Amino acid sequence: MKVLVPVKRVIDYNVKVRVKSDGSGVDLANVKMSMNPFDEIACEEAIRLKEAGKADEVIAVSIGVKQAQETLRTALAMGADRAILVIAADDVHQDIEPLAVAKILKAVIDEEQPGLVLAGKQAIDNDMNATGQMLAALLGWSQATFASKLDIDGDHATVTREVDGGLQTIKVKMPAIVTVDLRLNEPRYASLPNIMKAKKKPLDEKTAADYGVDVSPRLEVVKTTEPEARKAGEIVGSVDELVAKLKEAGAV
Amino acid sequence: MPDFSPFDSGARSPVFFDETLVMLRDQIRRFVETEIKPHADAWETEGATPRALLRKMGDLGFFGIRYPEALGGSDLDQRATVVWAEELGRSTYSGVAITALVHTDMASVHIFNAGTDAQKSKWLPRCIAGEAISAVAVTEPGAGSDVKGIATRARRDGDDYVLNGAKMFITNGVHADVYCVAAKTDPEARPSQSVTMFLVEKGMPGFTVSRPLDKHGWRSSDTAELSFRDVRVPAENVLGREGGGFYEIMKNFQNERLVIGAMAMGEAQAALELTVEHVRGRIAFGAPLWEKQGIRQRLAMLSARVEACRQFIYSTASRAAAGEDVVREVSMIKALAGELVNDVMYDCLQFHGGMGFMRESTIERMTRDARVQSIGGGATEVMLEEVAKRM
Repeated sequence: MKVLVPVKRVIDYNVKVRVKSDGSGVDLANVKMSMNPFDEIACEEAIRLKEAGKADEVIAVSIGVKQAQETLRTALAMGADRAILVIAADDVHQDIEPLAVAKILKAVIDEEQPGLVLAGKQAIDNDMNATGQMLAALLGWSQATFASKLDIDGDHATVTREVDGGLQTIKVKMPAIVTVDLRLNEPRYASLPNIMKAKKKPLDEKTAADYGVDVSPRLEVVKTTEPEARKAGEIVGSVDELVAKLKEAGAV
Repeated sequence: MPDFSPFDSGARSPVFFDETLVMLRDQIRRFVETEIKPHADAWETEGATPRALLRKMGDLGFFGIRYPEALGGSDLDQRATVVWAEELGRSTYSGVAITALVHTDMASVHIFNAGTDAQKSKWLPRCIAGEAISAVAVTEPGAGSDVKGIATRARRDGDDYVLNGAKMFITNGVHADVYCVAAKTDPEARPSQSVTMFLVEKGMPGFTVSRPLDKHGWRSSDTAELSFRDVRVPAENVLGREGGGFYEIMKNFQNERLVIGAMAMGEAQAALELTVEHVRGRIAFGAPLWEKQGIRQRLAMLSARVEACRQFIYSTASRAAAGEDVVREVSMIKALAGELVNDVMYDCLQFHGGMGFMRESTIERMTRDARVQSIGGGATEVMLEEVAKRM
């Protein structure tokens, strides 16, 4: 079985995000970019499936600017076998919307015929949480979102999902789209020898036009603003003082 | 301290570092943030960095950066070493950093440079995996940078050499498995021809750790005084040519100086980052300290000096990798970086105010750790003489 893992290049989660002065979005110039952390978890899970003998090949796919090949190299260094880069934008500030991403992924899947797609539940840049679901709809495949546990057994997968108020375990028929949540696993480090090996692994380059997908945005960003700054706290000397302050503030 | 810093635009520039080295830097940084920083306070108290951590570094290939693939390494050059040293320096725990860096770049490197095939295949795969840790024992109570002045003797006796003497300030001295020890084999010969290196293994009769040393900084590094009393070392453990030790030791000084320079600049960056964060949040006289021009301009100038020194290190590493002779430059780097990191720490501690004087503050530890950077691996004064000779 082939496992396909879509990975997105996003602003690194440690970077203090700054809004562009014209409010059109977030400033990405000279900013560290990394693999979306949820996609890293998806990649780790795919590699573990391969190590457990349940998958034969792990293919990482990224859709976006050319620089996304760095993200794919990271996936290859972790242990993916090969990678496909679909160039869909020249400007790092252009975000490809979930529907366009899902359409391109569907075209890649039609070619590659994987038995499983493991994706992050959402990207940490725009938090859309839509691509996996849209892809399942386009393909007519079963889907299991927010996975915190995954077991593949023949033509079925048992997935534990993190839902509001608890965990839900479902059984889905393969092929399936599984989107992964934070607690599924802890992604490995890419060891230096594996970073070296990744340089030699195949990385195919395509364009959105190769798949006949129009990536022009359907959504209009009206304004981007920074959240209100957190007000300074106050250190209190004792529990009594805390209670008094809370009473004063009308909180208790 | 943020995991991503303004210093990173230089550290990620393709002018010096290709995609492989950027990925290596990211992995080391993640390792430092996850595996070192949350745990290292305990190691400072214990006086050593745990072997389990060193094993993990070995598993990730960090100990094989410069060694051939056949031995388990990755065959990279000085630029990769600079990335490794700089990121370890950024950890804020230089005792941990020096434990690893002495192993990779000051000790095991002698086995690689001078060792026979048998010595290399015996030790290097284990050193690269982190299963065996190495130390280098040149310095003595009476001789440091003055290598010709060492008093430890090795006398040939049949198939063995018999070692007698003492070694001082030996990093990894308590816990190492293999020691590259310099001893005089022919006191009558010209000083430069009188020193030979030996591989002394832990447990050889007569070889003992006299005492672990109680240091001003680098508390999470085990540093020892070593004693050799009639230690019989088989002739097959001679490292390199008999009488060639002086040149072997000198040969690696270039690499050491670059490594210490990169490590020191990693420390300086980390200190500046956490100090900027501190002064932005610390209110005095109604406004953050950052609003005081005197403070922020001093920090801006220090960051300019650190950036200049880093770019010097990067370009020198790149030139060394291209095979150029950079003896003059690495001596400059060691002198410059060793002093600069102390200038940075002095001001950074100052801007932390009373908190900077407290043992619980990071900058207090970093200031103690930085002090040795103008001493160890060749004191500033010795380095400046090396530079002056080449003026």
